[in-house]
Amino acid sequence: YSTRAYSVQEMSENTEIEQKFQDAKAYLLQSSTKSGDNVYDHLAKVLTRLLTERPTDAVDVLEDISRLEKKEKFVSKTDTIIDKPEKSTETKLAEIQRGLYIREGEEEENIGDMDESETPLPNLLELSYYFEQAGVGIGREETYRIWLALKQLVEKYALESIRFWGKVFGIEQNYYVAELKFQEGKDEEEPEEEEEAEEAEKEESEENEEEDPVPKSTFKAPAQAPKELYGTGSNKYVYYVCNAPGKPWTRLPNVTPSQISGARKIRKYLTGRLDAPVVSYPPFPGNEASYLRAQIARISAGTHISPIGYYKFDEEGEAEGEEDGGRDSFIQNEEFEGLPSRELIDTANWVHHVLHILPQGRTKWWNPSQKGDDDPEIGEEEEEKEEPDMPEPEVGPQLLTPLTEDFEIDGQPAWTARSSSNLVTQFACAYVRSNLWPGAFAFGTEKKFENIYVGWGQKYSVDNLNPVLPPLPQSEYVSGPEITETEDPTVLQEEALKKAQETSGDGEEEQSDEDKVEADEDEDDED
Amino acid sequence: MGIESNRLLVDIENLAFSGVVLSIEQRAALQTSLTITREQYKFSKIYFWGKILGTKDDYFVAVGVGENELKNRRFLYSHDCIRWKLLNPPNEEHFNKLKIVKGRFTGDPSHEFECKTYRLVGEGEEEHLEEDITLLKEEDRLAAVIKSIESEALVVPRSAFILQPTGQVVRNRLFEGLSVNEAAKFGNYFHFRDAILLEQKSPLFRADLDKAVDFLDPINEDQPEGCWSLQFERGSALALLKSLKWPGASFFHVPETSSFGFSYFGVGEENKDIPFML
Repeated sequence: YSTRAYSVQEMSENTEIEQKFQDAKAYLLQSSTKSGDNVYDHLAKVLTRLLTERPTDAVDVLEDISRLEKKEKFVSKTDTIIDKPEKSTETKLAEIQRGLYIREGEEEENIGDMDESETPLPNLLELSYYFEQAGVGIGREETYRIWLALKQLVEKYALESIRFWGKVFGIEQNYYVAELKFQEGKDEEEPEEEEEAEEAEKEESEENEEEDPVPKSTFKAPAQAPKELYGTGSNKYVYYVCNAPGKPWTRLPNVTPSQISGARKIRKYLTGRLDAPVVSYPPFPGNEASYLRAQIARISAGTHISPIGYYKFDEEGEAEGEEDGGRDSFIQNEEFEGLPSRELIDTANWVHHVLHILPQGRTKWWNPSQKGDDDPEIGEEEEEKEEPDMPEPEVGPQLLTPLTEDFEIDGQPAWTARSSSNLVTQFACAYVRSNLWPGAFAFGTEKKFENIYVGWGQKYSVDNLNPVLPPLPQSEYVSGPEITETEDPTVLQEEALKKAQETSGDGEEEQSDEDKVEADEDEDDED
Repeated sequence: MGIESNRLLVDIENLAFSGVVLSIEQRAALQTSLTITREQYKFSKIYFWGKILGTKDDYFVAVGVGENELKNRRFLYSHDCIRWKLLNPPNEEHFNKLKIVKGRFTGDPSHEFECKTYRLVGEGEEEHLEEDITLLKEEDRLAAVIKSIESEALVVPRSAFILQPTGQVVRNRLFEGLSVNEAAKFGNYFHFRDAILLEQKSPLFRADLDKAVDFLDPINEDQPEGCWSLQFERGSALALLKSLKWPGASFFHVPETSSFGFSYFGVGEENKDIPFML
């Protein structure tokens, strides 16, 4: 307040301006009904912030600062009451993964005892370095964690070989897949052969032999190809998966041929939970664990390759005695001298080393009409009916065939081979990627090579999925004379029949009299 | 949008969980070449967009933006990350042909794809199908595919971009990231394209939205339902959003920080079977 004397007019003007000022200020100080804030305080805060932070081009971000101030005003006061905040999922996972880094029961003396040169663990970091050159992989830190997780598996089981197979994406979670081979006889969970199905069949056939036999259904489920023996064909390796390195590994069940052929007919994304059902048509026999295993089997069969000459057939083996002419075993070629990267860029220098899966779902042809010994009862019935034609044996490409023999996709090659670097070609490695299974890669350099899969687990197809149509309805019963409807004879037909009987009856009078009497009686009855 | 060129080395590591990996040589080359290209074409920012795999050769794609990030986008492609060529924007005809064309990209920009359309000719008994074969150049197909991916699979977090009163869409400099809870909701991610779904909503709904921030379509109503996969890696320290409609399109965001990015590494074809697969 100034203390100088005013003229009356000035005073009234001043008071008017003062009044307006007070009005304006009072208006600005009005608290909002919603937030309890008022313009005056808010502007004061905004300007304070501007002056302390001094951003460039402040006028352009003015609205944002204003918004931020409003947001920051609402700081919950209840924090002081909560004494222990819940651990974030980040910390939980970090603690699980910390277990990877700790070696249990560690003592200084034991380290010298461990024979480190014979561990089946691959040098994953080195392999991932090569894959990185090729533009494939999952990041170095993640690869290292997987390496430690694989090490855990090595320490837990007695393994002959172990490999990181790849990463399969799922909608909710991803899968990291490891390919193992147990040492002979060391696998504790080796599955037993299934002999239960035969017993069930025998029970059923005993029930329906009393009274009038209900027409039996002639539906015969097509004979299922038996599972490939553990240790051979598509069940050569055992697969373990986990959702994140550090989390426990789960074993996947061995794959059956029906699962493989089922997986070929559907396209489904994986959810990330092994027990999730696979809802599809035709119904997939199994849950997501089986579907994942079937896809792994298909991808391995289709895309696992090695440089030519790295593996060779076992010359001394019993390859001659096999009827089908296929060889299904190979050994590593010790005399392999390595191929320079230049030559590995040519797809003719790579070969498949996993058996192709036949349409039947197995790698070795199984003849479904060879059933004689198993079911004697059903065998007899079959002989009465016509036997189906002997199915043709299915053949697939032999083992160790080069990639150039693979089918083309829509006129384009199934594989693309490139060099990892155009600038430093002396040290570049060659890498090959599949066009049929996007995500399947292999790299090769001199003597080293490796396969990996990083992707969604789906095959590439040019056309859209054509889902399998439902089958035609089957006939319910065999049509035969006892159940076919015949038309009732018309009156004319009956009279014609009677006349025919009368004329035939004249030849034998006695009988005809009786017939006539009968006929008369019949007529009387009819009347 | 994609991965900003000056943050390329840091951000590309975050996408490694999705299988997106660049070799050292490519990273080094990209750093150099993108900077030069930005100067050359006078872009205000240049982003590395992704890689489209072909059977013989691959395309690396970059996008340069002007002042308005939503409207002024130009695409470039390269085979070796060093020499970049500008792509012409696609027109309506290219999009139509894109729906029909089949087969993988070859890697040769002048390759021509055959698009077969059939039409009925003749009346009554003389009806027969006639094939119309039109050609689509690979370069045009590339431009159309990139545009489709941008419109259907490119996402940005909410309030990362704001609409200024002048109509410009610019990066929000005060964006501090979504919280972990917010990052788990699909409604907080927006398509980075001209809003289509938003226009169809009632004005009553739109009145409640913050016009500076909510001017783009959220992805939570995309059809078919469930076509986005949201995962957290490293616990909750990294949110990864993958599109199931365009397999290979991945977006990452580190919650509570302003770091986010998008990239496409794939074959460049839409997943048309997605209704069967979910």
